[in-house]
Amino acid sequence: MHDVLRTRVNDFAVKLANVNGTGSASANSLLMQAIFRMGIPVCGKNLFPSNIQGLPTWYEIRVNKDGYSARALDYDLMVAMNSQTYDRDIQEVRPGGYLLYDSSWPLDPDLHREDITFLGVPLAEMCNQAFDDPRARILMKNIAYAGAMVAALDIDMDVVNALLEEKFAAKKALHESNRKALNLGYQYAKDHFDCPLPFRLEKMDGNADKILIDGNTATALGAIYAGCTVAAWYPITPATSVMDAFKGFCEQYRKDPETGKNNFLIVQAEDELAAIGMVLGACWNGARAFTSTAGPGISLMNELLGFGYYAEIPAVVVDVQRVGPSTGMPTRTQQSDVMLAAYASHGDTRHILLFPANPHECFHFAVKAFDLAEQFQTPVIMMSDLDIGMNDWVVPRLTWDDSYRPDRGRVIDAEELAAKIKKFQRYNNEDENFVAPRTLPGVSEKGAYFVRGSGHNKFGGYTEIPDEYQEVMDRLKKKHAAAAKFIPEPEVVSRPGARFGVIAMGGCDPAVREAMDQLDRQGTPADYLRVRGFPFGEAVEKFLADHDFCFVVEQSRDAQLRSLLTLETRVPKEKLKSVLVYGGFPLSSRHVVQGILSQL
Amino acid sequence: MPSIAKPIATHPTLQRNALGLTIRDYEGSMSTLCAGCGHDSITAAVIRALWELDTKPHMVAKLSGIGCSSKTPTYFVSGAHGFNSAHGRMPAIATGAAAAHRDLLYIGVSGDGDSLSIGLGQLCHAIRRNVRMAYILENNGVYGLTKGQFSASSDVGSKSKRGEANRMAPIDPVRLALSLGATFVARSFSGDKEQLVPILKAAFAHRGFALVDVVSPCVTFNDHEGSTKSYKHTRKNTLRATQADFVPPQSEILAQIGKSGTTSVTMHDGSVVNFTAVPKNYDPTDRRKVAAYLDEQPANAVVTGLLYIDSSAPDMHELGESSPTPLRDLAYEKLCPGSAELDRMQEEFR
Repeated sequence: MHDVLRTRVNDFAVKLANVNGTGSASANSLLMQAIFRMGIPVCGKNLFPSNIQGLPTWYEIRVNKDGYSARALDYDLMVAMNSQTYDRDIQEVRPGGYLLYDSSWPLDPDLHREDITFLGVPLAEMCNQAFDDPRARILMKNIAYAGAMVAALDIDMDVVNALLEEKFAAKKALHESNRKALNLGYQYAKDHFDCPLPFRLEKMDGNADKILIDGNTATALGAIYAGCTVAAWYPITPATSVMDAFKGFCEQYRKDPETGKNNFLIVQAEDELAAIGMVLGACWNGARAFTSTAGPGISLMNELLGFGYYAEIPAVVVDVQRVGPSTGMPTRTQQSDVMLAAYASHGDTRHILLFPANPHECFHFAVKAFDLAEQFQTPVIMMSDLDIGMNDWVVPRLTWDDSYRPDRGRVIDAEELAAKIKKFQRYNNEDENFVAPRTLPGVSEKGAYFVRGSGHNKFGGYTEIPDEYQEVMDRLKKKHAAAAKFIPEPEVVSRPGARFGVIAMGGCDPAVREAMDQLDRQGTPADYLRVRGFPFGEAVEKFLADHDFCFVVEQSRDAQLRSLLTLETRVPKEKLKSVLVYGGFPLSSRHVVQGILSQL
Repeated sequence: MPSIAKPIATHPTLQRNALGLTIRDYEGSMSTLCAGCGHDSITAAVIRALWELDTKPHMVAKLSGIGCSSKTPTYFVSGAHGFNSAHGRMPAIATGAAAAHRDLLYIGVSGDGDSLSIGLGQLCHAIRRNVRMAYILENNGVYGLTKGQFSASSDVGSKSKRGEANRMAPIDPVRLALSLGATFVARSFSGDKEQLVPILKAAFAHRGFALVDVVSPCVTFNDHEGSTKSYKHTRKNTLRATQADFVPPQSEILAQIGKSGTTSVTMHDGSVVNFTAVPKNYDPTDRRKVAAYLDEQPANAVVTGLLYIDSSAPDMHELGESSPTPLRDLAYEKLCPGSAELDRMQEEFR
């Protein structure tokens, strides 16, 4: 008996194979949201093409009562709605699993598999009969298969109906046709299959304090709560939805009740060169400003990121990483901008990086990025990625401390200039963190200085004198190092009897945590450290020193986090082994377990 | 860009403006450009214009890119913040700065290399956004700091110092700006202070993007026989299309409509630009007529004057409907929705 045939509650994975641009996304997120509302831990991964219409796209839903939320690579149910990929999709069903397909047309007998069950639903036929509008006939097929899944998986129909009601509150006709299509699929499945299937859902109470949110939305919300007023950007996948969300929140929260005017300005720039220029200009002039982009944008921003570093101007950059090099695969995920971002620009430069692991951290790290940028008067790059940014994650509710006030860093105002400053010198009088006070334009003649990317001395004056140049450069290096104390501490999970360490960052976290539980059960306990920012602090050094060797799990071919660790900590290179998964899909625990076991 | 401080001593009889400042108070450090450089004359005109306008020095923000022209912001208004940015990137920096604080006077100084080659895209888009700034393009048709290469404004047939003739068509910033919908387009000559100072005053008062293209000969690399950007060639071929007089708002305006051949444009802040000696059928507020007039002039003519003005077009902040209070000065309490709202809005994420 296949284990899939044993009744399993709240522990299975479904994959939906669709053609993009046919409206499947709303049906898939309906299913995901319904499961979430049933209180069951769930994760959804959208594996989509860089295309608007006609290419294969997949959506994976993993339900796991224990809260494991990385991709599962074993699919109990495949919803095969794309004839282009039938053959591949059928092969991916685990033995004993099920495949739901549109039986309006006969399935190619060559594609048959003896070890899985085929569930044919005449979706096209039913929708052609039920709907007149050709577009509706295509769109409603999605809701119809969702209806079949509601029956097959025992999804709470009341929850689904409530969701439809909320979604189509203002669109009565659409609400009606969606309900109709849903019921078509539901009834057909009830009448023809043994519902529910052996793996099914049961209400839990796992999500009371959780929300379902993508990282880009959470990032934008962080920028709102941080008090950011100026944003400049250039459209790029997968970062575009950061600014879409920011604009939405601004419309909602930043219309001044007194003046009716916008307490924000968003500029869609002509390119990323200009976007980072605008952010630097706004930050130089005292606003909180940010841009969001992906790897190709970071490449273009290199020039002015170096300027911001050298001239000491705050800036917040959100890098929603995608697959490189070059155009790469814009709709696939990777962590391959780490080295580029850490040292962006020519000359000796180094930047502060933050590595959020999920949307919850995107929110808090976005706020942190603004504080760090102004505290250290330098660009801060938040390294998100497509998986975190564009997929819906179940995360703890966001909380906010109303006593928070932005850390604007060392800024001397007109009063202080008049009362305490004899002669203002831009890069002199540094504090214990090697930060020198700045002044804002438009405040006082006494605070006037000249920002320049050319060689300058600590007084802000132009210089070509070696000692004067080096004095500033040496302070900048110390300033960067001092930031280690202020970036989020790494997260460490220790286990008794650990033989080695595992290090990861960002969106690898759920897969690595799951893998380490599996390894532990197999008698291979290990300690885990998740890096949350750069420069690395003492806690990272200590973890490296405390272990004979460590695996660095990451999503890049060239082991970029491992490279940065070997360059920027005292760890001997040979103590770090790599587990690299960089094909573009989110990580699964299987990758990690296999990657580690094969090297032990 | 080494800076050499000027002696502070001023002559007691120097005239003072309404703020009690002398023209020396609008100067910067000593120029390190070549003796006779056109750019220094433009700097002097900027200083004169700001002094005459009674501008508070600290309310000025000076921005530039890279090149000889971009060095000049150090030579005026030492009491203003300056931003010597990267090559061709000044328009974006100025856009961001203007976004953060709408009430400062942004003076961007650039050259033909900085504006018309590496920075062409940013210039175009700053014009499209109508960012409120005066953009002074110190145009000498040559790359000076790298010793004499042709620039994108070099005319066809203009000869380099080594005798080579340029064969590629130039980019004319005036035509470019007109075609992009610029709201203030002027050209002048660094040697024509009488014309340049009132143009700059109008540019500084303009609510929007004011392009001031100033032919500014490079005495070291582009002032020889055969160059079309030399003092000699420019003087010989200058065609003053308009003479504009600038009347600031606090002055008594005696007549809105002057003698025949003149026209007046009232600017957003109440100041008035009086155009005198305007050619027949020329209307500086009619883009198509201005373009047609330029087309009719001889190919080698350097048409100067405040050529086009639209004082009613919305600037970037009006287009963005942004707060009248500078964004950077908004209290944080106005910007953060708070914890209660965060709790409430998260119901939408369930």
